[in-house]
Amino acid sequence: MSDHDQTHGWDVHALSGAYAVDALDDLERVRFEAHLAQCAECRDEVDSLREAAAVLGTGDLVEPPAAVRDQVLAGIARIRPLPPQPTGGTVAALRRRTPLLLAVAAAVVLLLGVGVAWLQPWDGDDAPPQLTAAERILAAADASTVEKSFPDGSTATIVISRSEGRALIRTTDMASAPDGKAYELWLQTPAGVMVPAGLMPDDPDTTYVLDGDASEATGVGITVEPDGGSPQPTSDPIALFPLDS
Amino acid sequence: MDPVPGDSAGVSHEGAPAGGHGTDLGPLLQRAARGDTAAFATLYDATAARVHGLVLRVVRDPAQAEEVTQEVFLEVWRQASRYDAARGSALAWLMTISHRKAVDRVRSAEAATRRDVTYEQTHRSVEHDTTVEAAHASLEARRVRTALGQLTDVQREAIELAYFGGYSHTEVATLLDLPVGTAKTRIRDGLIRLRDTIGVGR
Repeated sequence: MSDHDQTHGWDVHALSGAYAVDALDDLERVRFEAHLAQCAECRDEVDSLREAAAVLGTGDLVEPPAAVRDQVLAGIARIRPLPPQPTGGTVAALRRRTPLLLAVAAAVVLLLGVGVAWLQPWDGDDAPPQLTAAERILAAADASTVEKSFPDGSTATIVISRSEGRALIRTTDMASAPDGKAYELWLQTPAGVMVPAGLMPDDPDTTYVLDGDASEATGVGITVEPDGGSPQPTSDPIALFPLDS
Repeated sequence: MDPVPGDSAGVSHEGAPAGGHGTDLGPLLQRAARGDTAAFATLYDATAARVHGLVLRVVRDPAQAEEVTQEVFLEVWRQASRYDAARGSALAWLMTISHRKAVDRVRSAEAATRRDVTYEQTHRSVEHDTTVEAAHASLEARRVRTALGQLTDVQREAIELAYFGGYSHTEVATLLDLPVGTAKTRIRDGLIRLRDTIGVGR
């Protein structure tokens, strides 16, 4: 994440104003958000610049038609409000304190939960059950995780099992890709080639098993691609999860 | 707390934008997060004109703007628990969501039609987006006008093209004939000056 600051050669802090008024392109935005997760100074600056921009934006008062109100109030009946962030503190503060611990705790909970489901069938006298690919990865003895969190509170975790040769991604509260775009997953080969590994479902909370052999993958990448995906990445990754060999 | 009666923009004693008509938006958001639809309706009534005013200004097409305003409020309902008063005013949070949705709409529409930015459009948008002309005649608007007057022409134009035009900083650089990479600096410098003049934020 922080390597973006150096690799792109520009002063990432200088993007705060453009970020506050949504004047970054998709890639710049994701990169800046990765930086924000680590830079309290930039977070404070963005918050304060958004206050200023909001004042600018409140000059025009235009009542929407009454039908909009009706549709909104009818619409919210079908939408469940998101739960609060998992602690009383700000997400940013939380991340500063315990990013790794959280990731590990989440992974342990995941693995424990699946482990129980995995063991129980053996208590009976039925034939071993057909585990889903996701369950096999999560239950594998050599499963390991890499997590990234984003400033909007969303998280993505890769779980990989070399012995299973498969990897999966779990997301929470992930924002949809921009209209007409999709998040495409990639497995990076030892030679550095990005191999398509499927399109992420358009669902904020999802578990998705990547296509392809992950037994030697050196990383997992996510790029923003046109709907339907691309045979090779057309933009730099918005997230890259390095995998230990 | 609203020093200005009627439908003018609310300004708290600290200068941070408060809710419309003196309504305190933070507690309404809190109640909405717990599923209180009546609180949410009050929030809607207090802020819909402001949200729609901004969305319409960016999106321009009235039918599309209505769709976006609707999306904004559905998102506000969904995300209400994520508002963090420690990070800023509820109105700024709301306007941030509104602006983002509006910009997403114009950018995706643009990608669909692959429309070129012509000089004519640029020129028109600059005129249309002159905040001084369009701003509501209120204390708030006068404060904004005064604050905008403190900016250099380039800072003001860059902010207006980005904020009301929905252009990216690289597009703004092209439109204003600035070297690539300098528009983002103008936008930031301008916003900082605006912030310090208006007296919001930290």
